[in-house]
Amino acid sequence: MVGNEQFLSKDYKYGFTTNIEVDELPKGLNEDIIKAISKKKGEPEFMLNFRLSVFEKWKTMAEPHWADFDYNPIDYQNLKYYSAPKKKDGPKSMDEVDPELLDTFEKLGVPIHERARLAGVAIDAVFDSVSVATTHQELLSKHGVIFCPISEAVKKHPELVQKYLGTVVPPTDNFFASLNSAVFSDGSFVYIPKNVRCPMDLSTYFRINASETGQFERTLIIADEGSYVSYIEGCTAPMRDENQLHAAVVELIALKDAEIKYSTVQNWYAGDKNGVGGIYNFVTKRGKCAGSGAKISWTQVEAGSALTWKYPSVILQGDNSIGEFYSVALTNNYMKADTGTKMIHIGKNTRSRIISKGISAEYSTNTYRGLVRIAPSAENARNYSQCDSLLVGDKCSANTFPYLEVKNSSATLEHEATTSKISTDQIFYLNSRGLSTESAISLLINGFCKEVFKELPLEFSVEAVRLLEMRLEGSIG
Amino acid sequence: MLTIKDISASVDGKEILKGINLTIKAGEVHVIMGPNGSGKSTLSKVVAGHPDYQITNGEIVYDINFKKKNLLDMEPDVRAKEGIFMGFQYPVEIPSVSNEEFLRAAFNEICKYQGVEDMDPLDFQDFLKEKMDFLGMGEKFINRELNVGFSGGEKKRNEILQMAVLSPKISFLDETDSGLDVDALRVVGEGINKLKRRDNAIILITHYHRLLDYVKPDFVHVMYDGKIVKTGEESLAYDIEKNGYDSIIKESQN
Ligand SMILES: Nc1ncnc2c1ncn2[C@@H]1O[C@H](COP(=O)(O)OP(=O)(O)OP(=O)(O)O)[C@@H](O)[C@H]1O
Ligand SMILES: [Mg+2]
Repeated sequence: MVGNEQFLSKDYKYGFTTNIEVDELPKGLNEDIIKAISKKKGEPEFMLNFRLSVFEKWKTMAEPHWADFDYNPIDYQNLKYYSAPKKKDGPKSMDEVDPELLDTFEKLGVPIHERARLAGVAIDAVFDSVSVATTHQELLSKHGVIFCPISEAVKKHPELVQKYLGTVVPPTDNFFASLNSAVFSDGSFVYIPKNVRCPMDLSTYFRINASETGQFERTLIIADEGSYVSYIEGCTAPMRDENQLHAAVVELIALKDAEIKYSTVQNWYAGDKNGVGGIYNFVTKRGKCAGSGAKISWTQVEAGSALTWKYPSVILQGDNSIGEFYSVALTNNYMKADTGTKMIHIGKNTRSRIISKGISAEYSTNTYRGLVRIAPSAENARNYSQCDSLLVGDKCSANTFPYLEVKNSSATLEHEATTSKISTDQIFYLNSRGLSTESAISLLINGFCKEVFKELPLEFSVEAVRLLEMRLEGSIG
Repeated sequence: MLTIKDISASVDGKEILKGINLTIKAGEVHVIMGPNGSGKSTLSKVVAGHPDYQITNGEIVYDINFKKKNLLDMEPDVRAKEGIFMGFQYPVEIPSVSNEEFLRAAFNEICKYQGVEDMDPLDFQDFLKEKMDFLGMGEKFINRELNVGFSGGEKKRNEILQMAVLSPKISFLDETDSGLDVDALRVVGEGINKLKRRDNAIILITHYHRLLDYVKPDFVHVMYDGKIVKTGEESLAYDIEKNGYDSIIKESQN
């Protein structure tokens, strides 16, 4: 029989561990740990107070279990909240970055090393709880662009941090966002000044390395009036049998006529074939179009994690502002993804567009959950939503939950949804024209996802296709 | 060029092909006729390597560039890369992949396999345009999703376009003439005739002799119940159309 069983899943090639000396805090979560994190980072008073007041509230909150699936309970006292590669003082230049870390990022295909650096992209590399290197600093500062670890921004640009942190995702927004607000260790900070078009893509690469450690990164991006920035986020983690928690918070603020394009390729370790191990990816991402004519686009390729809860959202406050959400979510084996977006229309003539592509294989569950809310003030708001599901095999499931709350009758909403399946006959047809099964799948996936891929920066879309192919191998036939 | 030796094949334990022997030489045109369900499509799918069929006996030897290859050892895509083509009786719809994208991907993958340089998208467009003119196909087909919403006749024409682009050595065309209007039949018939060369072979599976007005066969075979029960010349096709299969089947059972 000519089948496809030779396409056994390739190993997750980012599953290695880096052996490096670490500076970490003991397991457990309490005020002392939070004070210790803040102290390690040399934070100003306001930051510590922010953390402690959120922590008080977090203690009274309950973990959510409302999504379609349940997970192994997380013992928050049995996690480490801070783990960082040991170093003297923060690295000032690339030469001071531990070569072991440079190697790690190079193996991950993230060139932060001076000689291998990507010309058009500035990269902030985050390793467990800290940022280890940020490239292209000089050029960026020439344009007045601030791109640095958030731990540094807290010290160097406290006025910006204090003004905007927690304004889009309130510290008590949800259980995981609160936890993040109390214990976040690092992440990226971006500020684009008025009328500046950021001269290159900015990118943060997150790497989880330490075991039994949660990663709580925090990203804050502010695009001042009339500015533009394209930001890319990538992530991987070693293969481990235990589940690891990743609870990030990302806040975007686009002022009048500013545009932020935020792209993610998420490739956290997803667990093995039997669903053992993998990252719990509970992320709160939200942007606010604060001024008129502002635009925020989220583009995501979600291909990893054992469990994903993630709803990158846009608050369309300014009149004529635009929110977009382009998503490809792939689940395989026992992965579960519950992802979607919220478009909150407040201003007049606000527009939003949602394109969601879910691909599920094996025993996985893939859910689109989205909300379009049209506030009474949102005169002439428009939304277009398209949610397509592609099934590979018949053991997986795909769900679509589009919620609508329309409080202004001048709104125009359109919704389309389709479900299709990759059949053996399709694969055979393509095979019979000389396309290998791998190429056939790539053609089908590419076709299915093209509206989303074309939103990604070019090198990322190639990477994204390869990533999806790799994740799907062995599941068709 | 292709030698099918005593091939038996089954689906889920049910035998469908029961010892097929067929020798096809370069430059030849063969016609396979036979009542519904006699196994004609199954034979072409077995040659192309459809995974549903288990080969229980026999072998298929493919003779190309002075090398003998065992076809049954090859994956379906490798068979195609080696020059085997099958025009589907029921072409499959592939949503969200455009006809052009698909053809270019297939063409380039075959080029790569055969060690010739592939074409950049613009050159390929010209090449494709030429093939389409040759088949009298409108350009609107090119950007449409592969076979999606194509009429029955359009799908068949698209199969011949694929054959023209990929220029295979051995082509099984499974009822490519069914569902075509008279004009389309002429275009497709003439198209196939032009694609016929000294170094390739074409096997037409059909229920009617009308395609044979355009493509002259060297042999006409009749299949019944998984076997080839009679082989003759072109005139056999006319006989069948006039008198049906009864006498041939009876003859074979004696
Ligand atoms: N995948 C399959 N599963 C079950 N039965 C099959 C399968 N493929 C073929 N058959 C059976 O094998 C027999 C031969 O089918 P085949 O399609 O080869 O006939 P055919 O000669 O092409 O007929 P037609 O002239 O109607 O196209 C039929 O009885 C058919 O039902
Ligand atoms: Mg048939």
